[in-house]
Amino acid sequence: MVNVRIRTMQRQYEVSIQEGEVITTPLDPPVTGTIYGALLNFKGALEVLGDAVHKAPYQGAPKAPVLYIKPANTLIGHRMAIPVPDDSVELEMGATLGVVIGKTATRVKEEEALSYVSGYTIVNDVSVPHDSIYRPAIKQKARDGFCPVGPWVMPKEAINNPDSLQVKVFINGQLKQENNTHHLIRSVARLISDVTDFMTLRQGDILLTGVPENAPLAKVGDVVRIEIDRIGFLENILVHEKDWNWGGRA
Amino acid sequence: MKKARVAYSGAIYDAVEKEGMLQLHDGRLVQEQDVVWLSPVEPRTVFALGLNYADHAKELAFNAPEEPLVFLKGPNTFIGHRAETRRPSDAEYMHYECELAVVIGRPARNVARENAYEYVSGYTIANDYAIRDYLENYYRPNLKVKNRDTCTPIGPWLVDTEDIEDPMNLKLRTYVNGKLTQEGTTRDMIFDIPALIEYLSSFMTLNEGDIILTGTPEGLVDTAIGDEVVTEIEGIGRLVNTIAGDNIFLRTDNEKAVIDR
Repeated sequence: MVNVRIRTMQRQYEVSIQEGEVITTPLDPPVTGTIYGALLNFKGALEVLGDAVHKAPYQGAPKAPVLYIKPANTLIGHRMAIPVPDDSVELEMGATLGVVIGKTATRVKEEEALSYVSGYTIVNDVSVPHDSIYRPAIKQKARDGFCPVGPWVMPKEAINNPDSLQVKVFINGQLKQENNTHHLIRSVARLISDVTDFMTLRQGDILLTGVPENAPLAKVGDVVRIEIDRIGFLENILVHEKDWNWGGRA
Repeated sequence: MKKARVAYSGAIYDAVEKEGMLQLHDGRLVQEQDVVWLSPVEPRTVFALGLNYADHAKELAFNAPEEPLVFLKGPNTFIGHRAETRRPSDAEYMHYECELAVVIGRPARNVARENAYEYVSGYTIANDYAIRDYLENYYRPNLKVKNRDTCTPIGPWLVDTEDIEDPMNLKLRTYVNGKLTQEGTTRDMIFDIPALIEYLSSFMTLNEGDIILTGTPEGLVDTAIGDEVVTEIEGIGRLVNTIAGDNIFLRTDNEKAVIDR
């Protein structure tokens, strides 16, 4: 059993869902904290860059986790719509495991890191496709509705090993991408440890463990569904931004 | 009006400046040294600008950018007036950055520059410390440089828009242990406040309480443990901060603290 957040008559309610129940209504995101993402944390994603990491402007493979923030305006829930900006044709669907922090975490040791986790969720880190990762990609990653999260937070007890979860992306029912969190460069525990070495994570904050290489593209009208083992699936439709209302309902 | 958020006598209060003192929202008048200053706005989405003063871009050997160089900060990095910022033992170059912080007052989307000030509720001061040792060339400036715990003092006051006649004509100054080390004026911003609001709101919604740190002029120097760093902006106030070392910050981690000594 998991809890989801639904909104009706301007109020949010928390509702329990039994296994096998089908959700057809848009849900509110199950989280409210700050969302931090880790770029290039899949082995394949770094390999795609090839020799470029040793050349200008990068001048070497990354040492610390490459982090970015998905600000509050990007957050939407399961079955809400993703707005496609007027100046974009296709958007990148960035499937990633979201680690939900359960208690204040500062300079956490890798061996103890998973005890700071309250659960896991599914996140679509949407981006306007961009080749250069030299400068922060605010215009490409921080647009309204660019971070669907949900449908729920699966309590950590339901997941034995977050470093062995299959991640699948379907667009209009067709499998477009498949990968597994055992290909992460930094495991979930290691990532929490390295990030909290210099910044505190608080209860409700979310750490995105990384988007696998070759993120699929989607356009207006497409339905994107991200499945992660043991958590469920997150589904959203893409609409043109002129047809999009705040809150993500098309 | 100058507003603050402070902790006093076991609780958190909104306060305003009155006769050189602080008046708490319950009416009490207290001395400013008797409170703990918090960020005047609870940080949610916070933008910061890199290389937004031509002289500073030159100082760092960069050409002025054609588009605003924007990065984001998390709530973890902010501390209030008169607090301590950690300088890690392995840092060799850690400098302050005195910046005018613009606070957004209502939701802003597709705002034209001529209307931009209608969306501003006030101004404060931020000191956007950077530890250059940790710079890497991915999403630069990376969070390990710019989003460390305690590395962004902000405050002391949120000053109402109507009290600042021209935010694009304010002197900024930084003093380290009383000595003037940085001096500039907001006139020299490459992308001014209306341009930044127009730019950001052209692709995303700005919300009430969002903050834009508008960049810093030239005059950056390394800081040392024990230094008192005062960042000052004309008409807005003086933000005081002290640099502290790992002997203070790593106390809970006994083993590490011993090694660092």
